[in-house]
Amino acid sequence: MVEIRNEWRYVRFLSHQSINSIRRRKFLRLAGAATAGGALVSCGRTKSPWRFLTAAEGRTLAALCEQIIPTDQTPGAAWAGVVNFIDRQLVGPYRRQQALYRTGLAELDRAAANLGKLFADLDAPRQTALLQSLDGALKRFFTTVITHTMQGYYGDPRHGGNRDAVSWRMLGVPVVPVRGRNRYEFPKQGA
Amino acid sequence: MALKHVNVVIVGAGAGGGVAAKELATAGLSVVLLERGRWYTAADCRKDDLRNQRTSPLGNNSGPDDDRNPRVAVDLNGGDRVVLPSEGGYSNNAACVGGGTFTYGAQAWRFHEKDFRMATTYGAPEGSTLADWPLSYSDLEPYYEKAEYEIGVSGDVSADPFHAPRRKPLPMPPVPQNREYGILKPAAQKLGLHPFDLPMLRNSVPYNGRPPCMQCRWCVGFACEVNAKCGTQNTVIPTALATGNCELRTDSMARQILTGAGGRVTGVAYHDAANRLREQTADVVIVSSSAIESARLLLNSRSKLHPAGLGNHSDQVGRNLQGHSYSGAWGLFDFDTYDDIGPGASIAISDYNHGNAGLVGGAMLANEFIRLPYQFIGAAPPGTPAWGLAHKQFMRQWYRRSIAIQGPTQEIPIAASRVSLDPKVKDFWGLPVARLSGGKHPKTNETAGVMAEKAEAWLKAAGAIRTWKKLPGKGTSGGQHQAGTCRMGNDPATSVTDQNCRVHHHDNLYVIDGSVHVTNGGFNPVLTIMAIAYRAAERIAQSQKGRGV
Repeated sequence: MVEIRNEWRYVRFLSHQSINSIRRRKFLRLAGAATAGGALVSCGRTKSPWRFLTAAEGRTLAALCEQIIPTDQTPGAAWAGVVNFIDRQLVGPYRRQQALYRTGLAELDRAAANLGKLFADLDAPRQTALLQSLDGALKRFFTTVITHTMQGYYGDPRHGGNRDAVSWRMLGVPVVPVRGRNRYEFPKQGA
Repeated sequence: MALKHVNVVIVGAGAGGGVAAKELATAGLSVVLLERGRWYTAADCRKDDLRNQRTSPLGNNSGPDDDRNPRVAVDLNGGDRVVLPSEGGYSNNAACVGGGTFTYGAQAWRFHEKDFRMATTYGAPEGSTLADWPLSYSDLEPYYEKAEYEIGVSGDVSADPFHAPRRKPLPMPPVPQNREYGILKPAAQKLGLHPFDLPMLRNSVPYNGRPPCMQCRWCVGFACEVNAKCGTQNTVIPTALATGNCELRTDSMARQILTGAGGRVTGVAYHDAANRLREQTADVVIVSSSAIESARLLLNSRSKLHPAGLGNHSDQVGRNLQGHSYSGAWGLFDFDTYDDIGPGASIAISDYNHGNAGLVGGAMLANEFIRLPYQFIGAAPPGTPAWGLAHKQFMRQWYRRSIAIQGPTQEIPIAASRVSLDPKVKDFWGLPVARLSGGKHPKTNETAGVMAEKAEAWLKAAGAIRTWKKLPGKGTSGGQHQAGTCRMGNDPATSVTDQNCRVHHHDNLYVIDGSVHVTNGGFNPVLTIMAIAYRAAERIAQSQKGRGV
């Protein structure tokens, strides 16, 4: 049941995004299928609401992204939908990095297992300490996730992150896509 | 299938090719303009901060695409890797009608007189291939003026005592000032410098039937929403097409320049939109594919008669690859500097282009275009953590309270910085890809360091409470300012073309783009590319007189 509740949390979280209705229907269908699958299949892996990530990977990644851009007076990376952004890019422009994520997230949970928990279940100070101690391939993976998290948080909401333009509001950048139009009188062509 | 023979075939519809097409078509010659990319409009190229020509983690908005166009980049330790157009190290320019001019920031600089005689002015540093141009500034002056008036430049350089002599002022007044301008101008004056309004290929008033800049924040890297930026795609190329003498073929990837008896070339073999191999014969072939791809096409045009490629008798094609070593500084302020008034870049000085003790050349310095939020993440000063709350707080506190000043430090060319053909990696069409290798002359890095200090001093004078330098890497540059790979010169042993852009030993083959630049100035190079194209095309038109349609 825990798994199913998690699924619904994702559905709620995704459907809050300003996504177009076709995409939203697809999410709901996928998420609905995942929930039904979870309920019917008594053992084995829960179907994922994500395009590439498994549900468990999505949970680890959300915790990782939240460490990179935490919540303070403004929401952090997890609320902003950075996992959705990364997952979407992993079946698009970042498809060459699928293996990196698959291995990296598993390794991160393995490193956390030394502390007796999954990465996402560690408390925040322990997550921070673990990330600060990374080296080798895992550190390189973390560096990539930092870059992608910054893109998902500070980049255009159309790519699935930066929900409600949260970062642009935080920075005080007008969220009107092309400001200028509103103070611009279009002269007649050939004037 | 044989295509109708024409007077001129041009490979590449960018700054050089677009101007050449217009000049030759209006002179009555039949022209085919081949472009490997498409003809985009602003509507095709959304205002997307993660997918544009300057910041491309999710791809380029005006080409080339990642799937078909790899290159190989060699690092300073000799390690090589395959790079895609959207990745760093690729040195991408663009692949579309207009080329780089479709999405550029549009700074419209004339080089200084000394930029054409760098070797005479400074002496060639050891290990460099620094040389004078076979042309002088005064040879190009009328063509600079023609580019400024035909394509359209706004700005006011009258307050710049260092600019080279000019007969006419710029055709349009400057774009209205932004807040950074107001902060930086008195600071520069306090330092005894000479700030002025940056010249740009950008309408500030209605010009050539197009409206003025609406000063939005989405400028460099993006197509202009209201067509106020002046590129070849909205000026000379439409003029060329309107003559009825010029045919533009997009999605057309040149494969090889065809050769005939002796040194003459007979046309271009290319892949059309359906990937059929076509042959376009012509009296004259012009290569205008920008410095990396022009060199690659010449090198890929190997045959029994020309085993090293065309124009490469002296192993010069592809050498002296250079761009600019951008250097400058960031400053943080205890008041808002951000006003969301684009394009951002507005004020410049050219006090440091020459005359810096112990240095060879220098750079124009100007404030930067508006930094979109994602572009600011890398701006954090040394010591700021790359992640976590501290980084988020940095972003929140300083995004609206920062100014960046930078400039294109002139590079000292070296033979080792080059484009060659990769022996293994092929592109979608089976052609060997460009392999970029070399590095920079130490003198270039030295100058870049001093320019960063000058930028920092300007920011401090403007009241910055903290400043830090922004220094370029030591690897080969190129990018949107790529130049030098088919340098012009009088001696065929050390150059690829003559001063009219004609390839030595090949009477009817020309290279018209940044490739022919002997040195690349301490300025954005596009206006120089256009001026050279006007001049070279005029001479081609004269030589082909009477052969037109």
